[in-house]
Amino acid sequence: MTTTLTARSPNTDRTMSARPSKNSRNNAIYARRRFVNGFNMTASLLAMGFGLFWLAWILYTLLVHGLAGMSVDVFTKITPPPGSEGGLINAIAGSLKMTFFGTLLGTPIGILAGVYLAEFGERGWLAPATRFINDILLSAPSIVIGLFIYEMYVVTMGHFSGWAGALALSLLVIPVVVRTTENMLRLVPNSLREAAIALGAPQWKVTMYVTLRSAKAGVITGILLAVARISGETAPLLFTALNNQFWSGMNQPMANLPIVIFQFAMSPYEDWHALAWAGALLITLSVLTLNIVARWLGSQKSQSH
Amino acid sequence: MEKLSNSANLKRQMMLDSLFRMTTRFFAFLVLALLVGILISLVIGAMPSIRHFGWGFLTSTEWDPVTENFGAVVPIFGTLVTSFIALLIGVPVSFGIAIFLTEICPPLLKRPLGIAVELLAGIPSIIYGMWGLFVFAPLFGDHVQPWIMENLGEWPLIGFLFQGAPMGIGIFTAGLILAIMVIPFIASVMRDVFEVVPPMLKESAYGLGGTTWEVIRNVVLPYTKTGVIGGIMLGLGRALGETMAVTFVIGNSTNLSSSLFDPGNSIASALANEFAEATGEFHMAALIELGLILFFITFVVLSCSKLLLLQLKKQEGRNS
Amino acid sequence: MNEQAIKLKVKDLNFYYGNFLALKKVNLDIPAGKVTAFIGPSGCGKSTLLRTFNRMFELYPGMRAEGEILLDNQNILAKSVDVNMLRASVGMVFQKPTPFPMSIYDNITFGVKLYENLSRSEMDDRVEWALRKAALWNEVKDKLKQSGNSLSGGQQQRLCIARGVATRPEVLLLDEPTSALDPISTAHIEELIHELKQDYTIAIVTHNMQQAARVSDYTAYMYLGELMEFGATDDIFTAPKRKETEDYITGKFG
Repeated sequence: MTTTLTARSPNTDRTMSARPSKNSRNNAIYARRRFVNGFNMTASLLAMGFGLFWLAWILYTLLVHGLAGMSVDVFTKITPPPGSEGGLINAIAGSLKMTFFGTLLGTPIGILAGVYLAEFGERGWLAPATRFINDILLSAPSIVIGLFIYEMYVVTMGHFSGWAGALALSLLVIPVVVRTTENMLRLVPNSLREAAIALGAPQWKVTMYVTLRSAKAGVITGILLAVARISGETAPLLFTALNNQFWSGMNQPMANLPIVIFQFAMSPYEDWHALAWAGALLITLSVLTLNIVARWLGSQKSQSH
Repeated sequence: MEKLSNSANLKRQMMLDSLFRMTTRFFAFLVLALLVGILISLVIGAMPSIRHFGWGFLTSTEWDPVTENFGAVVPIFGTLVTSFIALLIGVPVSFGIAIFLTEICPPLLKRPLGIAVELLAGIPSIIYGMWGLFVFAPLFGDHVQPWIMENLGEWPLIGFLFQGAPMGIGIFTAGLILAIMVIPFIASVMRDVFEVVPPMLKESAYGLGGTTWEVIRNVVLPYTKTGVIGGIMLGLGRALGETMAVTFVIGNSTNLSSSLFDPGNSIASALANEFAEATGEFHMAALIELGLILFFITFVVLSCSKLLLLQLKKQEGRNS
Repeated sequence: MNEQAIKLKVKDLNFYYGNFLALKKVNLDIPAGKVTAFIGPSGCGKSTLLRTFNRMFELYPGMRAEGEILLDNQNILAKSVDVNMLRASVGMVFQKPTPFPMSIYDNITFGVKLYENLSRSEMDDRVEWALRKAALWNEVKDKLKQSGNSLSGGQQQRLCIARGVATRPEVLLLDEPTSALDPISTAHIEELIHELKQDYTIAIVTHNMQQAARVSDYTAYMYLGELMEFGATDDIFTAPKRKETEDYITGKFG
């Protein structure tokens, strides 16, 4: 600052020694602080650049290789043996089926458990314990979920199958849906519940027809995010659905995009690599679309309130 | 008054209500039972290995499917080291991104960049793995690794970390890709918690003449510490259990090596690679025991962070 | 008022939120060592005006000020003025108490440490001095290490005032400092304002007219971004020159 600010009004303070002049107060310390601030802000800018750099590179690679591997065959032919023509249609169908059944199995369980946590969970040990465990399941390694279903289902039935894959995926859906259902129900104002109860409605009707309905958009957002999550999961399918070169029913080992991508990418064959990239692009596009739709739905909801 | 004393109807409603309550309670219990079920089934599956190798499983560096001799040190080491590298790189970068998005980003870019970060958290991990194997590893092995080895390989204290053959794949590459994977997770949590700091609180710190950094360091960070720790733990949980991104690039070697550039193995990648082909008596059980260990590690990490957060919250509650 | 005693001189100040003109050609002289109150209905721009005095508005995109604000004859809106330095010499207290998430002691030293290198004992003295200034010392002297959040609302607000005076600024901005407090805490703060004006130039925004009448020497009435009337508080409240001011003060509108 200039000298004008250094000429201070006479100090009227009686308790302390005279106020320091502006200059003695500032120079050295302030220069250092400015440097530290500038340094850290630059570092923050670089961090953003660092993050964007990798992500742009990954997406670019995916687009280039994925588009190169894309063809009509991908959507019309089944997975080929090395060296011959083929597509991914059986894997695409398998992924869709398992994702569908996984969601179908996991969603009601998740919603009902979430309802318990939000509506009846004030007292007792069960709700806090479930909440705690659910948070752990939410970040539990998905490959362990695969191992669990292997032990429980594949070993018991004696063979890998599409059902085992769908079961494993449903276990990944549950914690996501539990969490969002509880959070969304908690956002519903209590006055709404009270208004419904005041009309003489029984609890279950209040919950199903009033509370849950007004939280609908949020719960659906949660379900879509769960679908997005499982449609890209590979690890839990490794020991459950396994893979299949051909069309198969839910009771047999079943082809699915993630595992086909894994196998084809790890193989030494060029045409398999191309198919793997095409599959990777497909998966990423569908996951991103699901995410965007879920987010859009979520924002619609927050605007309407 | 007839309506009020219609006891048959009342009874029916009360039954439906308690049925509803019991149903939701049952499913809440089911979630709880799931965790117990996972633990029990893994312990049962791992039993042959637990019985046969005992505690030696945790100290042996041997992993030989031919002689059926198994020890968990190499994959555990790989899991921990790759996750550590991921946090070492990922946390500061995420912190920087969160600061950028909340404090210095031009308003026009704020939303698109924020959404980009969130969407990138949704990219399936297998994509990171493919990119790492086909694109990153060859470039890294040809151009970056030789340079690092030449310049850092001879350094005292840390030189041993950067030796071996420049193959591109290995522990370091796996850690770096994990870092790229967890950055969007940690950054978006940090950004979210930074944004809930009351503007007035920040303004009071700016009002005293604080710089942006000082406001972040002294006000924003202490105010949001629980959320920040939670975000880091979430990232750590991801990194520990991540399978596909690691399996592609870690190299799947069962040898223990001190160099970060050598190939290694993590628990998840060992499972992904060997499980379908495991035939020997103990091979399968040993793999399941690895899964049990992985589950245990993540369980401990996540529980600790949850308890820590509860503790911090309680402290804040007492203070206010 | 003579020329010497003017601390802040506002000249032709326009303020924009994006395209919206929030302050229209405001001209105002704030005398040194006095309390100046800003009153007016919600949205009249009184808080906005206060926040130009330490350029707090710069934290937010799309806001800009045109014109001049002279602090001791230096235009603080000039690009060359360092905003951190400015804020160090203009303290501010907000509608709600904003203790930092740290101990009472550290709350006070936060601002001091930014610009001064004090020894431990000097710092202790400064903390005691600032807390005494804010009439809080006797209540907290035994628990300086406790979190600032552990205090009651009124105490927290006095802590924020102590934090503001600890850096020994020249001007103290109070933005509705008692709007979140109970009547007893409010009375405390008002007493404090009386004490503090011996050492500081104080600008206070309030929508409590009795408060303005009680604590201030000068009052500015603002409406829709314009300064309608400015003068000695006694004059404004007993003999307002403009009809609008009278209507607002007598409660006919507002």
